[in-house]
Amino acid sequence: MNTSLNRIRSLIPPPLIALMLAVFLFVFGGVLAPGFTNPDQAVNIARLAAFLGIIAAGQTLVIISGGEGIDLSSGALVTLGAILTYRLTGGDDAMILPALLLVLSVGALIGALNGIGIAFLGMPPLVITLGMAGVVTGVIYFYTQGQLIGRTPPAMGRWLSQALIGPIPGVIIVWVLLGLGMWVLLERTAFGKQLFAIGINRTAARLSGVRVNLIVVLTYMLSGALAALGGFVLLGFTQTVFLNLGQPYLFPSIAAVVVGGTVLAGGKGSYWGTMAGALVLQVINSLLLALRVEEAFQLIILGTILLVLLTMYGRQRSVRQ
Amino acid sequence: MNNRAVQLLNRNPYLLSLLLLIIMVVINRALQDNLFEIGPLNGNLRVFTPAILVAVGQTFVVIAGGVDLSVGAILSMTNAILATQIPQDATGDVFVRALALAIGAGLLAGALNGFGVTVLRLQPIVTTYATSFIFAGVALRILPEPGGRLPRELTSFWRNPLAVSPDFALPMSLIVIGLLILFWVVLTNIRYRQNLFATGSNAEAAYSTGIRVNWVKFSTYLFSAFFATLAALALTLGTGTGNPRAGDQMTLPSVVAVVLGGTRLAGGQGNAVGSIIGALILGLIGNIISFANLDSWVRPLVDALIIIAALAIPGIFGVMRRLTR
Repeated sequence: MNTSLNRIRSLIPPPLIALMLAVFLFVFGGVLAPGFTNPDQAVNIARLAAFLGIIAAGQTLVIISGGEGIDLSSGALVTLGAILTYRLTGGDDAMILPALLLVLSVGALIGALNGIGIAFLGMPPLVITLGMAGVVTGVIYFYTQGQLIGRTPPAMGRWLSQALIGPIPGVIIVWVLLGLGMWVLLERTAFGKQLFAIGINRTAARLSGVRVNLIVVLTYMLSGALAALGGFVLLGFTQTVFLNLGQPYLFPSIAAVVVGGTVLAGGKGSYWGTMAGALVLQVINSLLLALRVEEAFQLIILGTILLVLLTMYGRQRSVRQ
Repeated sequence: MNNRAVQLLNRNPYLLSLLLLIIMVVINRALQDNLFEIGPLNGNLRVFTPAILVAVGQTFVVIAGGVDLSVGAILSMTNAILATQIPQDATGDVFVRALALAIGAGLLAGALNGFGVTVLRLQPIVTTYATSFIFAGVALRILPEPGGRLPRELTSFWRNPLAVSPDFALPMSLIVIGLLILFWVVLTNIRYRQNLFATGSNAEAAYSTGIRVNWVKFSTYLFSAFFATLAALALTLGTGTGNPRAGDQMTLPSVVAVVLGGTRLAGGQGNAVGSIIGALILGLIGNIISFANLDSWVRPLVDALIIIAALAIPGIFGVMRRLTR
């Protein structure tokens, strides 16, 4: 059974398995909860998955970079991105672009600090990004003083959350464009090649001329900027902010990356996989909601499904091999 | 700083933690005059005890090269069990039965983690993240809302210092800390220690020398779950009640405490006594900030900056070592 599973995995790329799983769960959901499978629901699920997927983009890069790469500061950065946009625009459409630029810069700055701590102080990514999450949360409390003043510019809701082209909301288009951008970045640029190289073996990469430290810092910068962008986009949907807005997205974003077939050890993965992973997680979430399962059982079922998904393609080599 | 001091600290990472702890105690004492009086001492240590216990359990997993993100959820689950199984009129044997039930449930949770990591060969970070949902769900199922009230005799046994002589009393939590240190000392003198450290530094090499790597890894998840259950006991006795989300904010600080204590996240090296120190440092930082009369909206930022500075210290020493060479 084990070998046949391996054969399937080598025949079908993980992103495709995840996508098929998402479609299967969506269709199968109609059997469990009559009325679940319909076009409106599909658009709604894709829209919610888009927010998670955009937030998970930076996480994908960081995990591919290896060296136990992970970014636990992304949840707090999502919150900061949303709060900055909310406050700086004050509901003024003309301020959207300046706010977006500032949000991206702040995210990149925090990410650069993570990267510097990892590359130059030798701190484990888990530790420094966890510490940085605390710092960003502290900055949020200090900046807002607990008062969430501001407004969401009306244009953001129109462009991002509501139907833009036919029934498709703008955020899905943003997501697809981001997917194309991530593909170009990973597969068609020198940065992408070097990112995979340092993910596989840092010493070998350094010996073949890759400036490992630079790539690490750039990767965490991108991750920070993308997380902050996630907060900006999320504001278009929630229309309001709260101090804990981004935290619930942190671990699901990691799960989406892993479910999409990106290896946690680094050096192997794709953003297509993460996109499919985000869809899988969102279908499960929406289905559990549609079934009106009480919260306790929702958590138990979600945990069990995650374990099953991981068993399907998150397995590591045995020490005997 | 001279070369020898840097070398000494590099070889003994826990010395740095001890130094940091002393600094924190001095600052705390400067802000709080009665810190060493039995009342505040007892109260502080009692509040820190659950975090200390969780951090000690986390140490085992980290040394073996993993991480357990479900300890908070296990704490919530066993806290819910203890709070619902010990009614206000509970007798001794009811308490013992409830405790056995909680420990059994905790170990079962740890076994599920160990099964995921060793038999299914999943990465620890995602496995324990997935199982944490299951345990959090079970906690909510057992106790949907915060509640329950423990017998007063039971809670006051834990809350009041133990009177050794008429003019000398010992906080119960200090006894617990002493027992934890004793436990670690005993453990580091039996064969298990070698197996644990060898598994963490190089699992394949350890396997080829005949160490049953999977059993060692499995055992570390049992340890972390067991200590999370003890933490739940300390919390339940301390608060006298249950909260199904009690452990939500316990998981990530336990990792920070372990790292502050000089244990390497990469595995193969570490010390549970260091983790106790790490948890004490974290507790004292919170204390200092609340006594420093800071504006309440600045506190989280100051707290986080101190923690990240403390976490960066070993890295800064590493850079200094390279420069002094």
